[in-house]
Amino acid sequence: MTTRSRVRALLFPLAAVLITACGAPAEDELVVYSSRNEPLIKPLFDQYTAETGVTVQFITDSAGPLLQRLEAEGANSPADILLTVDAGNLWQAAQQGLLQPVSSPALSANVPEHLRDPDNAWYGLSVRARTIVYHADRVSAENLSTYAALAEPQWQGRLCLRTSKKVYNQSLIAMMIAERGEEATEEVVRGWVGNLAAEPFANDTAVLKAIAAGQCDVGIVNTYYYGRLLKEDPELALRLFWPDQDGNGVHVNISGAGVVAAADDTGPAVRFLEWLSSPAAQAQFAASNMEYPVSDAVDVDPLVAAWGDFVGNTINVSQAGALQADAVRLMDRAGYR
Amino acid sequence: MRRSLRSAGGGPWTALAVAIAVPTLLPLLVIAGSFSDIDPAFWSHLRQYVLVPVVENSLWLVAGVAVLATALGTTLAWLTAACEFPGRRVFQWALLLPMAMPGYVTAFVAIGTLEYAGPVQTALRELAGGEIWFPAIRSRGGVIAVMSLALYPYVYLLARNAFLTQGREALEAAQVLGMNRRRGFFRVALPMARPWIAAGAMLVVMETLADFGTVAAFNYDTFTTAIYETWFGEQSVNSALQLSACLLAVVLLAAVAERRLRGGRAFTGGKAGGRRIVLGRGRWAAAVLAGTVLTLGFVAPFVQLVLWSAQTWSEEFSSRYLGFAGHSLLLAGSAALLVTTVALLLGYARRNASGGPANILASLATRIATLGYALPGTVLAVGIFAPLAALNGLLNTAARAVTGTDPGWLVQATLATMLIAYAVRFLAVAHAPVDSNLLRITEDIDRASKSLGVAGWSMLRRVHAPMLRGGLATALVLVFVDVMKEMPITLMTRPFGWQTLATRVFEMTSEGLWERAALPAIAIVLVGLVPVILISRRTTNAF
Repeated sequence: MTTRSRVRALLFPLAAVLITACGAPAEDELVVYSSRNEPLIKPLFDQYTAETGVTVQFITDSAGPLLQRLEAEGANSPADILLTVDAGNLWQAAQQGLLQPVSSPALSANVPEHLRDPDNAWYGLSVRARTIVYHADRVSAENLSTYAALAEPQWQGRLCLRTSKKVYNQSLIAMMIAERGEEATEEVVRGWVGNLAAEPFANDTAVLKAIAAGQCDVGIVNTYYYGRLLKEDPELALRLFWPDQDGNGVHVNISGAGVVAAADDTGPAVRFLEWLSSPAAQAQFAASNMEYPVSDAVDVDPLVAAWGDFVGNTINVSQAGALQADAVRLMDRAGYR
Repeated sequence: MRRSLRSAGGGPWTALAVAIAVPTLLPLLVIAGSFSDIDPAFWSHLRQYVLVPVVENSLWLVAGVAVLATALGTTLAWLTAACEFPGRRVFQWALLLPMAMPGYVTAFVAIGTLEYAGPVQTALRELAGGEIWFPAIRSRGGVIAVMSLALYPYVYLLARNAFLTQGREALEAAQVLGMNRRRGFFRVALPMARPWIAAGAMLVVMETLADFGTVAAFNYDTFTTAIYETWFGEQSVNSALQLSACLLAVVLLAAVAERRLRGGRAFTGGKAGGRRIVLGRGRWAAAVLAGTVLTLGFVAPFVQLVLWSAQTWSEEFSSRYLGFAGHSLLLAGSAALLVTTVALLLGYARRNASGGPANILASLATRIATLGYALPGTVLAVGIFAPLAALNGLLNTAARAVTGTDPGWLVQATLATMLIAYAVRFLAVAHAPVDSNLLRITEDIDRASKSLGVAGWSMLRRVHAPMLRGGLATALVLVFVDVMKEMPITLMTRPFGWQTLATRVFEMTSEGLWERAALPAIAIVLVGLVPVILISRRTTNAF
């Protein structure tokens, strides 16, 4: 190959990519910005395309960069829908004016009121429950009651937690602030920190494994991480406990979506969200990651159903976003790393 | 074309240096713009609860990793470049392998293996029949050790390049003068290699400061984790950018220190050659050291990746992997070529800028152009993406005004944007080895060349090119491997539907699916290895 033909061989694909990447999205096409990862969403996109002929273009990234991306692109953004794995980021997007309210009888009917934005800028599509996990041999469920009770002296040196930098914990603390105020919540968090058996872990799976290995006896995790570990090892000696059943209920967050403010024609985006909230799509949306459907009308995955029913917190999940910054500072003050 | 390059005028060269620095100015301007809105409540909270532990942690980490990675890199480079010991032929290229292993993978494997719940401690507990004492892996020492193992290859590659080309004659001369081998190393070889080692150490410092993935796995709070926590947790982009400005200030100080370390000497090179030092009993110590570093930094994490891939192969592997790998190769390959070329131009621009203000301006431009490596990846990605998205908005509006329809251009999500962003991020990586080699081409050499009638392009081709080859090859490898592993910029600026091996890793790790992330991680290692092996062949040929 001569140098020139080598240069050509390199330049042509480059030019092709440069040009094709500039093309405008076609008419019957939806563009989704998603922080829910590809293996969990693509099957649903493909199914929607098969049923309606509408193709779904998407990019995945963390929610923070996606919000900045929408902000920077402004009115020229190609995006129609923002999909995230927590309410805090949807609240933040709505706060920044990146989402637009849409009214849809179907969405209002399918998504319970506390799992969607009071101003209809976003809707929950699956529920993620964050609950207590304990070792079956070393802990009696009778000793467990609430999240706050994990601050009691009986758990001294027996508690494992994930890092406070994960949005799931920030949402949990934000909801506790909404329920009981900052002072009481800070008291609880200080108690947790005092009870820790090990430095906070980087992820929920590490918390589960530490409890299984005997480093600690109780922890707080999202249920689907427990489900994954259970699939690997059906003999796992860990159990889930549903706390606060006489009070506010189990802390729930959502994976959800809203229509982007820059979308000129909201019709296709709303129809897609309605489809995602419909029973058939709901079952798959939740089951793909062992989460819970937002609608009570839909049956949960059998493995998930085996963990039992619980009463979930019914305070609007938008509080998780509104009080998130306060929660972060509270955890800093309490020394929860 | 008999005019020397230097007398061709500093004006154009200075202008070139400034032009190269312009893309880096974009994120810097975005950061500067954040100071229009300062939140006093945030800063008082930060001062009271966050700043002290975070600064202390960062200083310990940077100092620890800089010292350990530099010591490891320099020692191993000396052993493989100048000495003979069992396994040297394999080690000399194999010791580069940890570079292809993303740091967060090494961290995840080290923690998973050595934690309380991991196999090592579990086995020891069973053996002892009860609780045992074991050093905490998730500790300051642990994170320093793991990051040093991931980053020493930067120093190794540059220092080896220096040792190989400085010639052993100097060392032999020192021995003739009565110095023993040890004194010869410390008094002759090491000082001569100083600019390379300092440049490598500077890369390690910048990478350490900007790292998020590795420290997050340890839940070790640094300045960079504080930046991300401010952005994502406290939902304040402006405050996060203001913190990034503080980080940049620290990096600039370190850069000045590095210049001081170089001491403004002129460094000459010699012809490679001479006899290798045959180590006595030390040869086994050398083999054990090299073997240990290679095992911890590469073999152990690689084995873990292979085991995980075997578990998830049927679920994860598909023909799409060809596309992922193709995109990764296209991006890493074109970025390596582009960034190395730009680094070379920048090096010459600074070298040839005429004295006085033009020279100062060119030096300043160089400093700015190479700052991108010290910014946390996501901050840099947004800093480049935002101005380009704004520009795209203007272009679309203008086109709409002319044609009446919306063209729907997306300038910010094209290959061109990706390459510009990679250049901003990785110019420092290419600049370090290229500039170190340029230091060797002294004015005396230019003068001698010209007196023999070889000047202009002919001098570049016949005198400079052979002397720069090692540095250019090093730059290509470093950028190639870094782009293979890069996530935030790739995620943000890639065209729709584009996936690379690195974004595939992200898809899995974002939901904690570490086992499924193993296959794309292995692919990164394997595809990233090819150039590493090629390059080590090439540098080995220098004998």
